[in-house]
Amino acid sequence: MSISVDIEKNLGVFRLDVHFSAGNEVIALLGASGCGKSMTLKCIAGIERPDRGRIVVNDVTLFDSEKGINLTPQQRHTGLLFQNYALFPNMTVLQNIRAGARRERDAEKRASITEDIIKSFGLTELVKRYPHQLSGGQQQRVALARILVSDPGVLLLDEPFSALDSHLRFRLEQEVREIIRGFGKSVVLVSHDRDEVFRLSDKIAVMHNGAVEICGEKKEVFARPGTRNAATLTGCKNISPIRKLGQRRVLALDWNMELETAEDVGDAACVGIRMHDLRPEDGCNSFSCQVAEEIENPFSYTVMLKTAGSERTIGWETDKETWRQLRGRFDRICLPPEAIILLKG
Amino acid sequence: MDLFPLWNSLRIAGISTVIIFFVGIFAAYYIAKAPRAVKGVLDVILTLPLVLPPTVVGYLLLRVLGPKRPIGAWFLSVFDVKLTMTWWSAIFATVIVIFPLMYRTARGAFESFDETLAYSGKSIGLSNTYIFWRIRLPYCRQGILAGTVLAFARALGEYGATSMIAGYTPGRTATISTTVYQLWRTNDDNLAFRWVMVNMAISFVVLLAVNMLEKKARRTGKEKGGGRDVDFG
Repeated sequence: MSISVDIEKNLGVFRLDVHFSAGNEVIALLGASGCGKSMTLKCIAGIERPDRGRIVVNDVTLFDSEKGINLTPQQRHTGLLFQNYALFPNMTVLQNIRAGARRERDAEKRASITEDIIKSFGLTELVKRYPHQLSGGQQQRVALARILVSDPGVLLLDEPFSALDSHLRFRLEQEVREIIRGFGKSVVLVSHDRDEVFRLSDKIAVMHNGAVEICGEKKEVFARPGTRNAATLTGCKNISPIRKLGQRRVLALDWNMELETAEDVGDAACVGIRMHDLRPEDGCNSFSCQVAEEIENPFSYTVMLKTAGSERTIGWETDKETWRQLRGRFDRICLPPEAIILLKG
Repeated sequence: MDLFPLWNSLRIAGISTVIIFFVGIFAAYYIAKAPRAVKGVLDVILTLPLVLPPTVVGYLLLRVLGPKRPIGAWFLSVFDVKLTMTWWSAIFATVIVIFPLMYRTARGAFESFDETLAYSGKSIGLSNTYIFWRIRLPYCRQGILAGTVLAFARALGEYGATSMIAGYTPGRTATISTTVYQLWRTNDDNLAFRWVMVNMAISFVVLLAVNMLEKKARRTGKEKGGGRDVDFG
């Protein structure tokens, strides 16, 4: 079970140029809204036609511009879950799920798979309801049931939680994780939420302006995002342009800090450091600083720091207890070399 | 009171509405999907009968269907059928006059359709035919019904083009509207007034139905939309 995508499409504002592949796992397309993630899913599902390229799912070629292959959406067997779930408003839950089972020609079998999926999704009580009588979470469950009963070869999830209230998201995310595990084939998840992506996926492809900037194992992508955009999207909030001073030595221009790095600088143009990776201590890469602002979060503090001669502040996130003890006598911050992320422009 | 004009008006309007129900829906469906330039041109042409005087429509129809004109003459020689001055000749006139009403309301309904429903239907394997009849049409039901009723009402009131192509023959081609004119012309004010009341009553009921359908369409439209924004990024 696998998916491999390599497509190009002119979108007017920018070119979509996406290539990634994944096996029996969850691959997330992480990117800001409007970067072409949803368009990529539509190309895989056959709703949009790429200008060039190839899409292969489970060894079946869905699209190949050179060989002139372009299967219809119906022939592709891709289970596409829309942000708004796209339940048919004129049909009950039961009718919606039955519609998903119509590929099965044998009537008895069709009835039994419909019944099975309704039971396993816990929808028995809701079968007679119409979509507008369901909560957002219930709608999502029905939509997923309708997709899975159609026996898709790949699952495509387009921002599956964006239509939900935040308190519902976490619980539904667990439900979806369970469903994905049971699915056992490739899953492509589109999202702009790095936490969601980290929890749900195995692999991540970071997209910016239609192109995949980096694609790899999720932990690797979070540790070495490689580009400034990818670092921002994976939640790195401290980023500064640099001037190279030595093989492992740079000047961070925004913060006016001379930093040692754990890896060779190479042709990096920026450095980044995650807010929780800073340390309030002496040592390598430590600087005296002043508190420019402290921001209280529900369970932590974000302290904005300024060093002498710097243009911008650098943010440090710390737990409440630590900050309560340090507040007032705090004057030094350390950027451990191994926490410094080297980035291309 | 001879009720033939009422019956004749109803059958002409009824048949025209059935024809235009299908023609209007299919025209609306395909034109809603057409490229912008094609859409613009076809839109103007297809809406023209709405603003043209009915006498102009009648004149153009006679130019084509009259016994000495190309199509009219062909039918006369091959099938021995005269296309004008029969009760069903009026159907040609009403069909053309009411087409824009059906077409425009149906197109408006189709354009409000949430395409993600069709996309997700396709990706779970539903055929385009199934999607059209079982998802798209039901979704646009209220708008299309309103258009149908409006078209029917307009067909009942057609006068100009009908009188030119079907004429006024009592008991054969007379409709309510041509009867009112004829009765007024012959000073039968009493009877003319009665037919006017009949016509008003029918129109009143029909417009009431249109209003109710439109209100219902707005209500269900809100439920369907669910107030969610969809990001196509």
